[in-house]
Amino acid sequence: MKLKKNIPLIDQHDKHGFWGGKFGGSYIPETLKKPVEDLTIKFEKLRKDNKFIKKRDFYFKDYIGSPTSFVKLENLSNHLGGAQIWAKVVSEANGGAHKIYNATVHALICKAMGKKYIVGDTGAGYAGKMLSMAAKKFGLKCKIFMGAKDIKRQKPNCDAMKKNGAEIVPVYSGSQTLVDAVSECMRYWVSNCDNTHMCVGSTVGPNIFVKICGWSTSQISKELKIQLKEKFNNIPKKIKLINCVGGGSSAYGFWSEFIDFNKKQIELIGVEAGGPKKSNLHAAPLSTNAKIGILHGAASYVCQNNEGQIHETESISAGLDYPGVSPIHCFLKDTKRARYTFATDEEALNAYKLVTKYEKLNPSLEPSHAFAEAIKIAPKLSKDTICIVNSCGDAKKDRDILKQRLGKY
Amino acid sequence: MNNSLINQTFKITKNENRPALLTYTVAGDYTKKKSLEILKSISKYADICELGFPHNTPIADGGQIQTSAYRAIKNGIKINDVFSIVNQFKKLKKNKPIILMGYYNMIYQFNENKFIKKCQQSKVDGLIVVDLPFPENKKFAMKCKKKNINFIQLISPTTSDKRLKQIIKSSHDMIYYISMLSTTGGKLKVSPKKILREYSKIKKQNGSKNVVIGFGITEKTINSLKKADGLVVGSEICKEITNSIKKRQNAVTNVTNVVKRLKNKIK
Repeated sequence: MKLKKNIPLIDQHDKHGFWGGKFGGSYIPETLKKPVEDLTIKFEKLRKDNKFIKKRDFYFKDYIGSPTSFVKLENLSNHLGGAQIWAKVVSEANGGAHKIYNATVHALICKAMGKKYIVGDTGAGYAGKMLSMAAKKFGLKCKIFMGAKDIKRQKPNCDAMKKNGAEIVPVYSGSQTLVDAVSECMRYWVSNCDNTHMCVGSTVGPNIFVKICGWSTSQISKELKIQLKEKFNNIPKKIKLINCVGGGSSAYGFWSEFIDFNKKQIELIGVEAGGPKKSNLHAAPLSTNAKIGILHGAASYVCQNNEGQIHETESISAGLDYPGVSPIHCFLKDTKRARYTFATDEEALNAYKLVTKYEKLNPSLEPSHAFAEAIKIAPKLSKDTICIVNSCGDAKKDRDILKQRLGKY
Repeated sequence: MNNSLINQTFKITKNENRPALLTYTVAGDYTKKKSLEILKSISKYADICELGFPHNTPIADGGQIQTSAYRAIKNGIKINDVFSIVNQFKKLKKNKPIILMGYYNMIYQFNENKFIKKCQQSKVDGLIVVDLPFPENKKFAMKCKKKNINFIQLISPTTSDKRLKQIIKSSHDMIYYISMLSTTGGKLKVSPKKILREYSKIKKQNGSKNVVIGFGITEKTINSLKKADGLVVGSEICKEITNSIKKRQNAVTNVTNVVKRLKNKIK
């Protein structure tokens, strides 16, 4: 298994849609074969269409507000000693998280395909909120599938979705979290694929959805590459790109331009959700050596039992609370290009406390997992090491959890 | 597989000038013992029994079958129990075809070859794998054929003409036509006339394949589709189990009555 150079990772799959011969694919019911094929053909056409690219770039700049800033966290760096900590503040994007990139592209594709309805899944509620925003912007009718547990714990985002005119469909099956929301959304698409476009909220699902999402979020690393050159005149010699990983859309977006670099120069570190301390309900298939399984139409490392039943997971961060992970991260793991670890709920909360104490930054619980790793490794690293954390979401949505766990927000 | 039990069964029902009745229940619903009892009892009226091996992330199933699957898993059903149910059933009714139906991850975790071998040992006649479509299923289907197990392909209203031809060509004795764009248990939203028109498209390609129609088939709708080679009823049966448990009634009797009524409607 080998990574190729000069080809975007999203395109390094074989003709059956597998990365490294075994991750990804399209394990879908017969009914979805045609809509998935139509979408694949359309997307491949659109991404080569200059008019479409211009449109995308226009909305990325004018609507999303690209580029998001790249800042040094001086106080935090001084406090920790050792490596410099920097943040790519993707939460500045319209709506408050990286999910807006994928949502905007899906809305544009939906329009291009002449469909009037768009549906999507959401965990933390950001994918849902952004899709509802994009749907409103482009005049599409929108339905969002969300686990009942997540609806309760991410209320601010639910309020936003409703305000944007989207219908939230609560999902009561299974663990009532993201995994069930994705299943229910796919079921809805099976029943309505003739007039409805589906947006998968992360780099998961059947091959084409991994590609569209990765293509959209890669904007983050395109910006970062330019910003690195601006700040340092060149790409520094020792960089660590630290990103939380649930489905893996922000991590792929943050890394895509840097995968071809030597890992001694640019190390890629993915941080999964370790769940409550001492719990066994990690949502961390990559860092806890889960086996390969098929979930939501793709083969990837999946938290499951030996019969193939998908495990329930638990994490304080709804956006990372998912038993599967993107096939492209499995590929990055097996090729040893990226390193994956996890942070517990408690570590993420402590990281949140420390970051907000020293910096004017309000990372949501998802990137707080990434900050936890940065805080852990920075003191041991040299001063010329640049640790960059993708602060991919804003903590406004976590208001209730933070109040409850830390006594304040 | 000319001599397969599935083929023989369709020969009989065609001679009787009626469609075959196929039932779907979930193995282990609502206990291992009860699901075997239900299977035994309904097989008096059903021509072919489909038995689901329950998965907790079933992306193509509606509420009724999800409920049955979760119930069975909660009650501790394991893959080996599914095979043991089939085994015990076949000892009593060796001429009644059994088709296992489920999601690919469970076969993948069990190991494809081991799974097929187990099917063979417990005398499973056919397999339906919901999320392993053509052409991804080619290798697996071939392995099944080698062991005389029917791999049953699905065709849906969205299947293109080109795919239709390829699927029929690679299919074994039976093909499953999905009546409409829906998960299992949806309300029949397409007219029977239209469904039968799509159905004839498949039959025209190859008349020797037995084509069954499923999804949205209930006591109310079954009669309107009886021109088909076979009709599958699943969600309505699962729903009856749920209702019987709720009302503290005998699920075996109630479900059997539903199947009996279904059979009477297509005789």
